[in-house]
Amino acid sequence: MAGLARLEGDTRAAARGWSDLTIRNVFILPTIAFLIIFNIFPLIYSLGYSFTDFRASVNDPVNFVGLQNYRELLNDPNIWRNFTVTAQYVIVSVGGQVIVGFGLALLLNRKIPFKGLITTLLLLPMMMSMAVVGLFWKLLYDPSWGIINYGLGLGSFDWLSNPDMALYAVAITDIWMWAPFVMLLSLAGLSAVPSHLYEAAAIDRAGTWYTFTRITLPLVAPILIIAIIFRTMEAFKSFDLPFIMSGQPTTEMISIRLYKMAFQEWQTGRSSALAYIVLIVVLAITNIYVKYLNKVKER
Amino acid sequence: MAEIALQDVEKYFGDNYVIRKLNLTIAHKEFVVLLGPSGCGKTTTLRAIAGLETIDTGDIRIDGRPVQDLRPSDRDIAFVFQLYALYPHLTAYDNIAFPLRATRESKAAVDAQVQAVAKSLKIEHLLKVRPSALSGGDMQRIAIGRALVRRPKAMLMDEPIGSLDAKLREDMRSELKRLHIENDSTTVYVTHDQVEAMSLADRVAIMNDGVLQQVGTPGEVYQYPTNLFVAQFIGSPVMNILPVAVRTTGPGTELVVGNNDAVFAFSADLPKHLSQKSYESLMLGVRPEGVLLVPEETPGYIPVKAHIIEPLGAYDIVDLKIGDEYLRSRTPSGMVKRVGDTVWARLDEAQTHFFDTKSGDSLNIRLG
Repeated sequence: MAGLARLEGDTRAAARGWSDLTIRNVFILPTIAFLIIFNIFPLIYSLGYSFTDFRASVNDPVNFVGLQNYRELLNDPNIWRNFTVTAQYVIVSVGGQVIVGFGLALLLNRKIPFKGLITTLLLLPMMMSMAVVGLFWKLLYDPSWGIINYGLGLGSFDWLSNPDMALYAVAITDIWMWAPFVMLLSLAGLSAVPSHLYEAAAIDRAGTWYTFTRITLPLVAPILIIAIIFRTMEAFKSFDLPFIMSGQPTTEMISIRLYKMAFQEWQTGRSSALAYIVLIVVLAITNIYVKYLNKVKER
Repeated sequence: MAEIALQDVEKYFGDNYVIRKLNLTIAHKEFVVLLGPSGCGKTTTLRAIAGLETIDTGDIRIDGRPVQDLRPSDRDIAFVFQLYALYPHLTAYDNIAFPLRATRESKAAVDAQVQAVAKSLKIEHLLKVRPSALSGGDMQRIAIGRALVRRPKAMLMDEPIGSLDAKLREDMRSELKRLHIENDSTTVYVTHDQVEAMSLADRVAIMNDGVLQQVGTPGEVYQYPTNLFVAQFIGSPVMNILPVAVRTTGPGTELVVGNNDAVFAFSADLPKHLSQKSYESLMLGVRPEGVLLVPEETPGYIPVKAHIIEPLGAYDIVDLKIGDEYLRSRTPSGMVKRVGDTVWARLDEAQTHFFDTKSGDSLNIRLG
C-alpha cells in the first residue's frame, strides 16, 4: 500500500512537471545564493583586504603588505587592552546571565501560580531592540534623576561616566536583557529531567544539594552549555549596548575598536585583519565549548 | 527488624477513593505481593509506604513508628521502579554507589559494598557501563543492586519485571526470590500478574477498586477465594462461574444449571450449609481442573458437548456448552478428540465454591 501511495505521489509530481529533487533545489538555491553574496563573498574579499593597506576613504593605490597588519595589531598594547575589556565583559555578562537565568528557571520549574504569565513577562526584555534597551537603561542609570540611584538610595552615584563602573553597568543591562534566554533553555532542560529520577534520589536519601549537583546539573548541562555558547558568541561581539550607553575607554570593547578603525579612521585593510583575529578567537572559544559539550553528551 | 503496618489508610481525589480503609500488616522478612488489576490502588499503596505519595487518613508504621509524615529519605526503605529510574549519566557502578555516597560513606566502604552487591547479582562485568547501553533485564538488575546496597529495612518493588519479556521475567522471578531469602529483607511487591504473585509471595494481598479483597498465602487465595472477584482474578484459566439452583431429591441433592440445561448430582451435605433464601440464587464456582471428564458413558456423569478445544501441550482446555453457559474443563491432552464430540462430565465437590449472587461473597461452603 505504502509503495502504491508513493508511486501515486511521484506520478502526480511528474504531472506537475516538478520532481521532489527539483522542488528541493527551488527551495535551497535562493538560500545558497544569498549566503554566497552576503556572507561567503565578503568573508573572502575581506581576507584579501587584510593583507593590504587599503583605505576605503581615499583613492590611493592599494599595496600588498603581507602579514604587516596582523603583526602590528598583535603587537599593539591598545588592542590587547580592548581584548581584556571584552573578556571581562563576557565573563561578567555571561556569568551573570547563567546565574540569574538558571536561578529563574529553577524557580519556574516548581508549581507556582500564574506560571505562564510570569514566564511570558520575564521573556519580554529579550524581545526588545538593543538600541531601545540601551537608551532606556541610560535613563535609568542617570546620576541625577535615574530611578536606579533613587531606588538603591545611592544619591548621585555615577554609573556610566565612572570608568571603573561603566563596563559593569553595561554588563548588568546585558544580563537583564539576556538572562531570560538562558532561563528559557534551562527551563526546557529542567522539565526534561524525568520526575522518577527525583523520586529515586529521595528514596536513596540524597539531600537537596546532593540531588541538585549530582542529578539536576549534569542532566541540564548539555542544554545549558548550548545557551552559554550562544551568549558567549553574542557577548564577545557586543556592540550596540556599550556603544550607545558609554563612551568610556574602559568600555571600548574589541567590536567598538573595530568599528572605529574601519569607519572613523578608515583603515579598511587593517580593520579587516582585526576582524579576522576576532573571528579566530570566537571560533576557538566556541570550539572549546563544543568539545566540552560533546564530552558531557557522551554520558 | 522491619514490620510494616497499614492502619485504616485512605486516599482520595475529591470523591474518588484510590485507597479505602486499608488494613494490612507485613511481618518481618515476609514477602507480600499486592495484586490487582490496573487502577486498583496497589501502586498508590506501595508509593504511600515509600513516602512518594501522601495519604489522607490512617497510619503507616514501620517497626511501630508512624512514618506517614516522614520524607522518603527518613523511612529507610528502598524502592525498585518499574522503569528502573536509573541515573542515565552515571555508570552502573555509580548508580549502585549513589545511595551510599549520598550519605557520605567512605570510599573504601562504598567500593566494598558495591562489589559485594554486584557479585550477588552477577553484574560485575557491567559496572563500567552506562544504563543506555544495557538491556532491560540488566538495567533492572542494576536498579535492584541500588536498592539492596544500602541494606534497607524494607524493599518496595513496583512491577519490577513487568516490562521485561516473558523468558527474562521467569529468570528474574527466581532471582528475586533468591535475593529475598539471602538478604532477609521485608519485601512488598506490586504486580498485576497473578502467576508472578503466586510464585513469589509468602502472602498475596488482592486489591480491587482501592479495597483490599483478601490476604492469604497463595494456596489460601487459590483454594478459598473470599469473593467472586478473587475467585476470577486468581488462577489461569479463569474459574468457571455459573448461576445455579439447588434442588433436593429424596436421598440426594441436584445442582441445576440454567433452565434444566444440566443437572449435576451432588452430595446431600450441601443443603445443610444453605439458608432458605439462597437456595434459588447461588453462584457456583469451579476451576477447570474441578470439572472431570470421561470419554464414555459413566454413572454419575452427564453428557455434554465439547465446543472449543485448546491444546496446551501438557493438558487441554475444553469448553463445554451447557445451554447458554460455558464450562471449561482441564483434561489430559488428546482426551477429547474433536469439537462437537459428546463427553461425560461431573463436578469434583471438593473443588466447588459457592457465592452469594448479590454480594459476590463466598458462602464458605467446603464439601468433600
